[in-house]
Amino acid sequence: MTSIPENTGGKALGLLIDLDTCVGCHACVTACKGYNSVSAAGPLSDINPYQAEQRGTWFNRVFSYEVDDGGSGRAVHFPKNCLHCEKPDCVTVCPTGASYKRAEDGIVLINTDICIGCKLCSWACPYGAREMDEDEGVMRKCTLCVDKIYDERLSERDRQPACVTTCPTGARHFGDFKDPESKVSRLVRERGGIELMPETGYRPVSKYLPPRKRTAPDREPPREQVAAPAAANGFLRWVDRVLTR
Amino acid sequence: MHPALSVIVFTTASGAGCGLLLLSGLLAMAGVFADDPTFGAVAVAIGVALLGGGLMSSAAHLGRPERMFRALTQWRSSWLSREGVVALATFVPAGVLFLACVFGWGPGVVAISGAVLAVLAAATTLCTAMIYASLKPIRQWRSRLVLPGYLILALMTGSLLLLTLARAFGHRSPGYEAVALAAIVGALVVKLLYWKHIDTAAPTTDLGTATGLGQFGRVRLLDPPHTEENFVMREMGYQIARRHAYKLRQIAVVTAFAAPVLLTLVGGVVPAALAVIAAGFGVLVERWLFFAEATHTSVIYYGRPG
Repeated sequence: MTSIPENTGGKALGLLIDLDTCVGCHACVTACKGYNSVSAAGPLSDINPYQAEQRGTWFNRVFSYEVDDGGSGRAVHFPKNCLHCEKPDCVTVCPTGASYKRAEDGIVLINTDICIGCKLCSWACPYGAREMDEDEGVMRKCTLCVDKIYDERLSERDRQPACVTTCPTGARHFGDFKDPESKVSRLVRERGGIELMPETGYRPVSKYLPPRKRTAPDREPPREQVAAPAAANGFLRWVDRVLTR
Repeated sequence: MHPALSVIVFTTASGAGCGLLLLSGLLAMAGVFADDPTFGAVAVAIGVALLGGGLMSSAAHLGRPERMFRALTQWRSSWLSREGVVALATFVPAGVLFLACVFGWGPGVVAISGAVLAVLAAATTLCTAMIYASLKPIRQWRSRLVLPGYLILALMTGSLLLLTLARAFGHRSPGYEAVALAAIVGALVVKLLYWKHIDTAAPTTDLGTATGLGQFGRVRLLDPPHTEENFVMREMGYQIARRHAYKLRQIAVVTAFAAPVLLTLVGGVVPAALAVIAAGFGVLVERWLFFAEATHTSVIYYGRPG
């Protein structure tokens, strides 16, 4: 059923991404692609993977932005995947019921067995989180590694999405945003967690922690350029040329 | 938005078909088809063929067309599903009206099936328009002019088809010309207002709110996530140069509106048929622009205006 469940059982699972800590290494991107190519969600399409005009399905992509903060500007690496919104139009527009939001934990999923690949859900997502799987002819999206986070054979630490367990800087947190005492809820409160495009009204569950205010000055003052010695004769000019080569 | 040929053909053909079926239903109610059942049967058959052909074209847009009938299940929430249900339902009164004309089932059946047909044909076009008008990430389509635009263009192409058939079957009422001319003028006004709206309306979202980093200062893209274009860029990131858009708008105005007006005023079956062809081509161009000029908020992340 593509109607949004009224009550999601008190749970709203999502990701909290720390933009202060992320170094833009794309480990989450490759871990996501790797895990979801072999897990219950896989395989994920890869067309021309090792040549030009590569087209593949990815659930997670890292952008790099420059923020002009009045100083010298700063680079912010920005991983983006499905935000598992509370009011996801990608679900309500689905004509087949393939797209749905789970009542028990709020995860937005696609039943690829009944998806007709009309792409309307990707048009309805303001964040560009859904992609077409060209091999299967169906739409795909981040599942929050739903088969991993409930797998009791795994240790508790591993019962998190692949992007979270792989992140080398600990920039990705996973948890229940409805539980006010969860780690993600606490971090959102303490660090002023931000919601992407609040004006669209989709109410994304997953949030971002903004970069911290800088405590040190931007940058060392530029070093003085060492002027080239005024070469007196041809030999010294030649030495200067050789040494500056 | 990527202008997919299958969707452009679908909306143009099913729009013309629904316009013709709507007007046919009204004529059936007015008793015209009871007097000339051949006219009625041909009009309904052409309308059904256009609607059915359009729906088949839309199936070409699907990744899994063999599953298309699953699209009839979610009419509670999805305008696309509603459109499928209502479009298929339209075939029922259309079939009854067609058979009533062929087998002479009496004016009562003709009038009642005509009334139901008129309502469902209009509802089908309404659902088509609402698929687009309900998509929040595409600011151009959130305009209140999208729904009237689809309805009046369906009525326009349908009325030109009907005018051709009326002249072919020797119906001389000036009402056919009047409806066609009124629909053309109305459609032109709606489209001009829509184009003015999308040219002047400011984007509602920028990279600052898209990333939440606007609170620190101006945000610009340093590196995209991939070196190759991905699905989002190909599907949502279609770009058309403004000067090309203006030229195509001029072509649409000439072929969809100006030429059909002149050809309608000339009189005769052949000019009316030419008006249908011109309007069909013009609406295809208009529909191509409807997609190509629409922008999606997801491309903002790639450093483009949404």
